[in-house]
Amino acid sequence: MRFIVPIKQVPETNAVRMDEETGTMVREGVESIINPLDLYAIEIAIRLREQHGGEVISISMGPANAEKAIREAIAMGCDSGVLITDKAFAGSDTWATSYVLAAAIRRIGDPGLIICGERATDGDTGQVGPGIASFLDLPLATYVGKVEHVDNDVCRVRRLIESGYEVLETDMPAVLTVVKEVADPRLPTLRGKQKARKVEVPAWGADDLDTDPNRLGLKGSPTRVVKIFRPQVTRQCRKVTAVDEESIGPAVDELVEFLRQRELI
Amino acid sequence: MEHRGVWIVGEQSEGRVQRISHELLTRGRELADKRETDLTAVVLGNDIDADDLQGLIDRGADRVLTMEAPELEHFLVEPYTACMMQLIERHRPEIIIAGATSTGRTLMPYLAIRADAGLTADCTVLDIEPETGNLLQTRPAIGGNILATIKTPEYRPQMATVRPRSTRPAEPQPGRGGEIDRQTAPKELLGSRVRRVDFVPDESEHGLAEADVVVSVGRGIKKGENVTVVEPLAESLDAALGASRDAVDRGWMSYPHQVGLSGQTVSPKLYVAVGVSGSIQHLAGMQTAETIVAINNDPEAQIFRVADFGIVGDLFEIVPAIAEKLREAAED
Ligand SMILES: Cc1cc2nc3c(=O)[nH]c(=O)nc-3n(C[C@H](O)[C@H](O)[C@H](O)COP(=O)(O)OP(=O)(O)OC[C@H]3O[C@@H](n4cnc5c(N)ncnc54)[C@H](O)[C@@H]3O)c2cc1C
Ligand SMILES: Nc1ncnc2c1ncn2[C@@H]1O[C@H](COP(=O)(O)O)[C@@H](O)[C@H]1O
Repeated sequence: MRFIVPIKQVPETNAVRMDEETGTMVREGVESIINPLDLYAIEIAIRLREQHGGEVISISMGPANAEKAIREAIAMGCDSGVLITDKAFAGSDTWATSYVLAAAIRRIGDPGLIICGERATDGDTGQVGPGIASFLDLPLATYVGKVEHVDNDVCRVRRLIESGYEVLETDMPAVLTVVKEVADPRLPTLRGKQKARKVEVPAWGADDLDTDPNRLGLKGSPTRVVKIFRPQVTRQCRKVTAVDEESIGPAVDELVEFLRQRELI
Repeated sequence: MEHRGVWIVGEQSEGRVQRISHELLTRGRELADKRETDLTAVVLGNDIDADDLQGLIDRGADRVLTMEAPELEHFLVEPYTACMMQLIERHRPEIIIAGATSTGRTLMPYLAIRADAGLTADCTVLDIEPETGNLLQTRPAIGGNILATIKTPEYRPQMATVRPRSTRPAEPQPGRGGEIDRQTAPKELLGSRVRRVDFVPDESEHGLAEADVVVSVGRGIKKGENVTVVEPLAESLDAALGASRDAVDRGWMSYPHQVGLSGQTVSPKLYVAVGVSGSIQHLAGMQTAETIVAINNDPEAQIFRVADFGIVGDLFEIVPAIAEKLREAAED
């Protein structure tokens, strides 16, 4: 069975610092990594291949150095990968990203399961997985916390929702988006790393895919970011200091009076 | 035909309309008023409670549209998308908002592709641009470090999801008029390649999201055992316990207690932050609380910027003193 795992390269958000003066992101020294939530998608795909045979292909749309993400995925155990890169894709929103990834999956052909991360830590939308399913007109299961069964006809999964979990059975092929519970990601192996260094990673651009040029990149994206700003905090805080025996009593009295006035006690 | 009207996508469970629907009405009413247009609540399900549908009118909808069938009792992405598409093609709304719930976050992106519409996830602020009438969608980006405002100038409908509990539910105003249009969903829309074969409810009680009062602890409590410091306070306020991510990552509290960008959003009447610094990511989950009280020994802590009342000092002395005072007050 063919497992296709779309992965995104993201800046390491824990390391993101904001320039307080300008309100912009400080990019120096910020490493690019595989979206941490995509590691779970890679892991479950590899495990399913180990059980059922077949191959795992990771695909990533992004700038040329997203090839690094693909090689990392291969080091973990993916069989191959495709980089999807073109200036024409720049500025894509989730609609245009799903459109291109769906076209790439069509070109690869014959998918069994397409397994996405739940969301990317930078864009943080979780829209691309369902978007791919919609473009390819495939059934979809989101928030998958466990894959219980897979064969050529059906896949049974647990979908984690607010009130518990659903057991869903979907026809194949299908798209899954997975959450952390699905499987603990492994580390790259030495053999994997060696393979990742040598393997050829093809790069596909707009001309390699069957797409409408008007629906690519910024031009093809329905949404536009029109403003970026620092969150403003707005409340007036009544601040009292209580650092010693004498001040604690009155501060506490004042707080309790305040809560009483607001009818909170 | 022009696109007109604001829609909210209501949610039901076992035929009962869920709270998120009422929160969306608060947002939807504001947008519809600014656009001087009608607000429609759409609910898909089976045998939906008639009083609950009237309740949507009472809380601000001008019209309720339903599609009902046994196949729609539980959310399934394909039939829900097909029914929504038919409604969209028939009525052509200009704005559709849904909850950023497991349902909304699955339905909306699948639907947006079909509807050829822009979609913005997890919005915290929705507004109308006066000059153009475009929907302005503001959401946190890059781990909450910045806010981005997003527009969908050329495409209709404009679609967005908003976090549950990020708005208060609209209050009922009995006597409001409105039209309720209940339809049986046409058979040909109900096919699904996904089947829901079982459901296992989560038995554990967290109750954080619903709580009227939340007391949260952060790294300031120093170690896990010290959670006991806030317990008497939480008890006297009848509060649920929350935590910052730092407290959760250290294993002092379990993940369902985490408040913030990557945890729960809460919107209680009272939020008490104990030894929490007030990072942007934490604030993203509790900013909409009606009253915020903070206790922190750093007078410059960010949390004081969103607090209504702050005590600067050592939590290990102050928190027990508050609990004691509240206990006394309760006895009076
Ligand atoms: C993508 C992303 C998502 C995130 N999501 C979340 C999220 O959902 N929720 C969340 O909370 N965080 C989140 N974070 C982490 C967040 O950035 C902060 O690291 C975290 O909120 C800090 O937790 P804290 O306030 O408990 O700890 P600290 O920042 O260490 O603050 C502890 C505070 O306690 C005070 N203190 C210490 N001792 C005492 C004392 N004796 N008496 C009184 N006060 C005392 C200190 O002055 C300090 O202000 C996220 C980060 C990223 C990058
Ligand atoms: N540029 C991309 N290339 C490959 N996969 C992507 C890309 N963007 C998003 N994805 C996939 O879609 C998921 C959700 O991303 P997002 O909708 O951006 O939060 C990710 O976890 C990836 O599996």
